[in-house]
This record gives sequence, C-alpha cells and structure tokens, in this order.
Amino acid sequence: MMKKIFALVLALAMTLALVACGGGDDGTADQSSGEKVVKIGVFEPQTGDNGAGGKQEILGMQYANYVQPTVSIGGEEYQVKLEIVDNRTTAENGPSAAAELVNRGVSVVLGSYGSGVSMAGGAVFSEAGIPAIGVTCTNPQVTSDCDVYYRICFLDPFQGTVLANYAYKELGVTTAYTLAMLGSDYDQGLVYYFTEAFKALGGTVVAEDFPEGSANFVSYINNAKSAGAGVIFAPVSTNYAQLIIEAAAAQGYTGDLLGSDTWDNNMVVESSKGKDVSVKITTFYQEGGNPEFDAGIKEWMNANPDALTNNGGNDMVSAVTAMGYDAYFTALQAIEKAGSTDPKAILEALPSVSYEGVSGLIEFDEIGDAKRDVAYIKAANTESGEWEFVKIQGVN
Amino acid sequence: MLPYFINGVTAGGQYALIAIGYTLVYGILRLINFAHGDVFMVAGLIMVYTSASMPMYIALPLVLILTVVLGFVIERVAYKPLRQAPRMSLMISAIGVSYLIQNLAFYITGGLPQPVTHPIPWISDTITIFGETTKRVTIITPFLTIALVFALVYLINHTRIGMGMRAAAKDFETAQLMGVKINSVISMTFVIGSFLAAVGAMLYFTNYPSVAITSGGMPGLKAFVAAVFGGIGSIPGAVVGAFIIGICEEIIKGLGYTTFSDAFTFVILIIVLCVKPTGLFGEKVTDKV
Amino acid sequence: MKKKTIQKEHIITAVILLALLAAAFVLDSMLPSYHIAIKVIKKACVYSLVAVSMNLLNGFTGLFSLGQAGFMLLGAYSYAVLCIPVAKRAGVYQYFDGGLVQFSIPEFFSGFLGETVGTTVGMLAALLIGGLVAALFAYLIGLPVLRLKSDYLAIATLGFAEILRAFFQWNALGPITNGSNLLKSYPDFARAGSYMLLAGAFIACIVLLVNSTYGRAFKAIRDDEVAAEAMGINLAHHKRLAFIISSFFAGIGGGMLAMYMGAVQALSFKSTMTYEILLIVVIGGIGSITGSVLTSFLYVASLEWLLRGLDSGTFLGINAPGIFKNGFRMAVVSVIIMVVVLFFRKGIMGDKELPDLLRKRAKSTKKEDGANE
Repeated sequence: MMKKIFALVLALAMTLALVACGGGDDGTADQSSGEKVVKIGVFEPQTGDNGAGGKQEILGMQYANYVQPTVSIGGEEYQVKLEIVDNRTTAENGPSAAAELVNRGVSVVLGSYGSGVSMAGGAVFSEAGIPAIGVTCTNPQVTSDCDVYYRICFLDPFQGTVLANYAYKELGVTTAYTLAMLGSDYDQGLVYYFTEAFKALGGTVVAEDFPEGSANFVSYINNAKSAGAGVIFAPVSTNYAQLIIEAAAAQGYTGDLLGSDTWDNNMVVESSKGKDVSVKITTFYQEGGNPEFDAGIKEWMNANPDALTNNGGNDMVSAVTAMGYDAYFTALQAIEKAGSTDPKAILEALPSVSYEGVSGLIEFDEIGDAKRDVAYIKAANTESGEWEFVKIQGVN
Repeated sequence: MLPYFINGVTAGGQYALIAIGYTLVYGILRLINFAHGDVFMVAGLIMVYTSASMPMYIALPLVLILTVVLGFVIERVAYKPLRQAPRMSLMISAIGVSYLIQNLAFYITGGLPQPVTHPIPWISDTITIFGETTKRVTIITPFLTIALVFALVYLINHTRIGMGMRAAAKDFETAQLMGVKINSVISMTFVIGSFLAAVGAMLYFTNYPSVAITSGGMPGLKAFVAAVFGGIGSIPGAVVGAFIIGICEEIIKGLGYTTFSDAFTFVILIIVLCVKPTGLFGEKVTDKV
Repeated sequence: MKKKTIQKEHIITAVILLALLAAAFVLDSMLPSYHIAIKVIKKACVYSLVAVSMNLLNGFTGLFSLGQAGFMLLGAYSYAVLCIPVAKRAGVYQYFDGGLVQFSIPEFFSGFLGETVGTTVGMLAALLIGGLVAALFAYLIGLPVLRLKSDYLAIATLGFAEILRAFFQWNALGPITNGSNLLKSYPDFARAGSYMLLAGAFIACIVLLVNSTYGRAFKAIRDDEVAAEAMGINLAHHKRLAFIISSFFAGIGGGMLAMYMGAVQALSFKSTMTYEILLIVVIGGIGSITGSVLTSFLYVASLEWLLRGLDSGTFLGINAPGIFKNGFRMAVVSVIIMVVVLFFRKGIMGDKELPDLLRKRAKSTKKEDGANE
C-alpha cells in the first residue's frame, strides 16, 4: 500500500512537471519592477576539466558588468543582467544548458570556454535564433557550421601554426613530441594543426595520446626524451598541464614544454614554481597589456573574496578573463547598434561591430571569426611563479 | 627501459595497496566494492585539505584516521543492512555509494581538480638514481608496499581477528555459527582496506599531485583487475598481480601504444576471466546451489 | 467475466499512454523546439528505452551486465556516421580528408522517396543499423563473457565498454569514427512526439518479448538457473539471446541519444553513464518496465530542469547561494538514490506494471460500487 501511494505521488509529480512546463516560458517579460532589463546569457563551464578556466572567463564578464552595468537602447537605459549557466565542460550537457539559457529569455549569449560544448550548444542557439559570441572556443567548426555563432578569439589553425613556427624558428627545435588527451577534440585539433605546420617547416613530430583520467605522465616524458624531442607540445586542460609539468620536472626533462591557451592559468604557472622546467605558452592577452584594466580588475577581485577564489586564490589576470571582459563589451556594442533587446536585431548588428578591447581590436569576418593575426607568447617564471611576456608571434 | 621499469614497479606498488582492499572484501563478502576507488580519492582530497591547513605530523595521521572512518561508515551504512539481500543488491549499493561519494566530492571541491600544494616533504624530492632522475617516492613506494603486505600477512596469520577473517573467507555462515563475531570481522576488513588505500593515496598523490573527483576511478578499476589477475581473495596474488599490471602498463606506454594503455588492462581482465577465472593464486571455489 | 476485466485494464493503460502521447504532441505545437520541456521529454524518452533494455537483461534475465554505455556508443556512432549529409562530411571530418564513408542513408532514401519521407525512413534505417551493429558486437562479446558468473560478468562487460571507447577514439580509425572529434550535422527529429512514438514502439516490442515464451524463459533463468535448465530451457542460448536483444535496443537508444545531443563524442559514453542508467532501473524497480520509464522521466526532468535551482542559488523560493551551489543538485539526487537502494529495495514499482496497478484499483473500486448498490 505504501509503495502504491509512493508510486502515485511520483506519477503525480511527473504529470505536474509536464504541466508546469506549459506555463514557464515567458522569461523575457519579467520587468515587474519597472526597470528595463536586458539579459546576457553566460554559457560557461564551472565544473569538469575546464571548470577553472570557465570560472576565470566569467570573472571577466562579471567585472565588465560591474564596470558597465547599463546599456542604452534607443535612448533608454537598460540594466544588464548576466544569466550564468554551467555547461559542465562536456558536449552531452551542452543542449540542456543552452536550452536553460534560452528559457531564461536571454538576448545574446557569451561563451563557451571550450569548443565541443559550444558546438553542441550552438545547435540550440541556432534553433532559437539567439546570437552567441564565443570567447575562447578555438575550433573552426564552432562558427563555420553555425550561423548564430561569432567569436572574438583566434582559431586553432592559427594557434597551432604560431606554436609550430615558434618552436621551429625561435627555439630551433627539429623534433617535437605532442601529447593530447584521447577523446578531447580540442587537444587533438591543435595537435593536428601544429603537426601540419611543423612538418611543413621540415621538422619531425612524434605524437602520442593518453587516456582520460591519466595521472602518471612519467612514461610519456621518457618517451619524449628517447625520441630526442626538443619540445613537448601538450595542449591539454589545466589539470593535466599541472601533472605534465610535475612529471617533466621529476624526470629532469631539459627541453621546453609548449602549451596552448588552456595553460594560461594561475594553477599551471604555480605548479612550475621552484621546478627546473621551461614552460612556454600562447595566449590572447598579456597582463600589463592594458594597465588601467589590470589595476581595475585586481582591485575588484581583491575586494571580492569569491572572485579571488574563482581566480585560483590570487589576483593574477588570466587571458581568458580579459577575453570575457571584451566579449561582454562586444555584446553591449551589438545591443546598442541593434537598438533593441531582440535577439534577431542583435544578430544582424553583430557583423558590423568594431570594438577596441583590452586584447586588441575585435571585428568579425564573414564566417563570424575575429580577425586576429597575432598571439602572445608567455613563459613561466619558475622563481616567482608568474607569467612573463616573451614576444608577440604571428604566423610568419 | 630502466626508467619504464622503475615507474612500472611504482605504479604496481600503488595498485597493490588498493588491490588488497578489493581482494579482502571480495574474499569475505563476495562483493566488488566499487566505492573503494573513491575512498582512495577521498583520502587524496583529505590530504590536500589537511596538509594545506595544519602541520604535516598532524595532517598525515588525520588522513589515515578519517579514511579509515569513512571505510567503516560505508560498510555499516550501505553494506551491513543488505547482508541477507541478493548479491546484486549489494553491488548496486556499492555503485550507489561510489556515485554518492563522487557527487559529494564534486560539491565540496566545486568540480575542480585540487592540486596538492603542500606535498609531503622529503619523499617528494627529486633524486638521481642510476643516472635517471625521479622522485624519491617512486623508489620508496614498492618497498613500503611490500613491508605493509608482510605486516598484513602477519596480522592475518597470527592474530585472533586475522583468524576470524580467514574463517569468514572460507565459509561465512559456518564461521558465524562457530562464534566468530562476523560484523566486527567485516568492519576490520574495511578498516584495513581503507588504511592501505589511504597510504596508497598519500604516495600516489605525492607522485602525481592533483586530485580530481574521478582520480579514484581508473586506479580503482586497475587495482581490481590486479586482484582478479592474482586470484581474488588472495593477498599475495593481489600484490603480484598489481606489480605485473603496473609494469606491463608502463612498458606498453614505452613501446608507443599509449592509446591503449588503459584498454590493455581490461584485455588482461577478460582473458584471465575466460581462461583462468581463479587467477594466479586463487583457490577453486565451487558455487553452492 | 474475469477475462473482460483484464481487457478493461489494458484498455485503460492504452488510453493513458495515448493521452501522454497526445500531451507530447500538444506540447510540441505549443512550445518552440528549443524549449527545455521538449528537451526533457526527448532525453527522457531515450533514457526510458535504454533503461528498459537494461532492465530486460538485469531485471528479467538476471544477467548483471554493465556494458550498456558501450552498446550505446556503437549505436550512436553508427547513426551519426551513416546520417551526416555528404556535403557536410568534409567539414565534420576536417582532420581526416572528409572521412571514408561517402554516402548518407537519409539522402539515399530521399533520392527516391522525396525529401521528408526519405529522410525519415533513412533515419529510422540508420537507427536500426545502429541496433544491429550493437547486437553483432553483443554476440561476439557474449561468446566469452556470458559464461561468467554475476559480478565477473559485470566487470567484464564494463571492461569491454572501456575497450570499445579506446578503439573509437583511436586516430587510426579516424576516417570512420573521426577519432576524438565530434560527429555532428546529422538530422534529428525536432518534435518530442516523434521521440515518444519511437521509444514507445521499441519499448512495446520489449513488452511483447517479455510476455512471450522467451520472456518466461528469461524470468525462469533469473529465478533459478538450475531449475530452468532442468525444465529444458537452453541456458546458453537464452542468455545469449537476452544479451543480444538488450544490446540491440541499447544501440537504438544510443542512436537516439546521438540525435538528441546533436553532436556525439566517444568521451560521453563512460561507465558513469551505465551507472546512471542502472540506478534508474533500480529506482524504478528491477523487473518493472513501467518503473524504468517513470523513473527515467522523473530523473531527467528533475536533473535537467526542476532541480537546477539547487545549483544556482535559489530553489523553491529559498535563496541560499552558500549551500545551493554547483554540484548540490547531483549530491541531493545521489542521496535520494542511496535511500531508495537501502530502504525501498523494490524501487517505485517493485516488479509491477501499470496494468497491475489498475487491476487492483479496479477491483477495490468495484467492491465499493457493489457496497453502494
């Protein structure tokens, strides 16, 4: 009898759930307080492999929102509200997280940190006709296959080529060892472009994969050593980056560790502190590139314990934070140009946006990608545990 | 080849410490304790948090104590009520506990991998041996493992509780009838298993200093395979199996088949299960109808 | 007289099911396709099918297999590989020169059946092929592992799923599987009603199977292997059959999951997915198809939608950002799961089905009617 009641209650709950969904879709119109609000969706991972990076990217947007909380649309002041939804890094959670944002009635979406989940979410944004501005998703397919997706960062083919050029021409290395996670499209994509470019320059590449959840990278480092590789290129997520640095230091690897934009994280640079390793990465922005922005965000983070925690415990400015900041202002400009909170109008206004951000000028090409031709190379200072600017590197 | 071998022996030592927990529990309860890998992960997390906030000589014993308590509580809460239930329920409960631990750890850590910021001093130093550099913990792990195994074997063969464990493993019900306090014996099994997992976690996360909520999954599964390989229920078997798995895995990586370094473990598992289900040292168990 | 009452319950069951289907179609017409409710129904339909297929094996035949994610992977990849339009292949297989497979089943059928019908037929055909691929692998895997006893079988099937995943991510197979990269751009049914129809049809097949002589043989094996063998049931044959059929439907479920996700990657099909489905089966009641379906809907709806507030600060009007933060939702759900596993061991439905519930209620109402008269 108990069970039957239990079952009935649950069945009832289910039907209620189905009924409730009928009435809960008028998210756009809740301006009961009389204040005009425009909602910007934040489609970022806060958990999973890219959780740390996603949180830092959100920080940039939150700071931007703090600096500029309003936007004027058709002469009226609108409050900008950030709607943050966690997409948990993986593609399978993308559609529901994206649908949740659409449900909340956002006018434009910012994100995501990674490409796989952006592509999965892109399908939903495309159906809903809501424009999305990718912040640091670097896979070409994010925009090429989705008419509502724009992005403000450089692409994998560019980044891979830059790194290959840097390794071959600047570091003078002829044999490179690449290490990517099995099953990660980001890692594999960058390795692909790196390999293409590096081979075209005349170098040789030894490529290996590690299964998800690996912690023991000692044998991989040994493989790199015995292959005589002068660099280990491992465009992996933050967690693995730390472990690879640790293993390289323990095994006394003397070459360079080459990382991609995912390595631009406090936790990575801290794990190289006090170790005998040489870590070099490409990224979108270099701390100190815009002193005013740096000083402002540092002050904000230090006044805000949560923000400081999300940034990894200190006030070092990550490139993804700067990118998040720029993405927010790019969206604001599009909203202003559209003169409306209607996603369709914003989508039409996006191609004509031209915004001078802290990470450089942001303009879109016909596919929706930012026109960018330089990347910043940074190196880890193993004494202070901070990133140091090395040079600006282009494709040539 | 030498560095691969050293690394493999170390990996084997780490797996062995986890594998013993599997094999002891399976020997008595006939349960694959799916949560054991997660207990290992929690031990790592506790180490991250305690070592960052208190001196090492308090932090490390605390890791051992808390992990042992966790193992004990899991058994009392999730397995003891199901002692009369079918084996499938017990296994489902184990999977449920594993799921629960991972999700709680996810909640506490915020879903982010936790780096070990204060590694245990001395053993985390880098040393040079035979011209190869490595961490001191790499060299220490296998020796510590073997010492612990000898202590455990002594415990099982020469103490009263050890006798109870052997009796329960031989025949659960008869042991109960003969006056063995079966509940305390089982609790003891979980305490020992968790203790060794905690030691394993300290060594493992000193070597690879980052704890993710899934960190326990793969080492746990591999340790289980090692236990099956060596003959489940047999402690020497689990240890030998763990060393073989560890060494083979690193050599496979060394040969360049890195894509399949995990899959290989499962291939071994399936081959062993099909060809010699009793493993290297396992006793033939006749299934009672 | 008795026979008539049984029919009556079945009619009521059918009416309830039709009403639910109609509700889905109504929702379809009212809400845009990206609405969260539509997404929830779609995902829940997929999970229902997979949970029922797992129940067929674990609940009805008593074979404890943990390979479901692997078979879903096979189905999902088969569907995706066969359905990506030829024109988009160069983009999807960007690192593998457009891949090896250079045809698309939906396009093949729309060649002579017209755009709409052809695409639908092609998608269904691809789903079925996915199921068949999964069934074929199940046959091969079953040869060695089905001889194993309960928990060994579980761990061996789990191992197989992991091996499969490694193979699918292997770059050497990239021209077919696209290695570690996403497969996408394949067609999808936009409506929740279509998912419900599809999943419903396949689940109906399983129900028919369970009620056939084969189903009775499966249950006999579950209840007592030795007795079943003594009664003349060929153990090896029936176990293999159950394993293959279950995998077939898991494969179809995987294909539908691929449809729902819009982009598929081997990385998603981890053992966690199997555990999730197993726990759904357990909560629904091992041996109850109604239970599996009901729980799938409850589980998906609460996780993806209703309990989201637990992760983002405000739930049921309670605003506690300190407690309701990331991961709290999953923690709450897993605590509920443990409570069910420990204290409600039979799950929501036990081994009862919807008609069983109606039958009892019908009887008791009848008594009341009699008393009133």
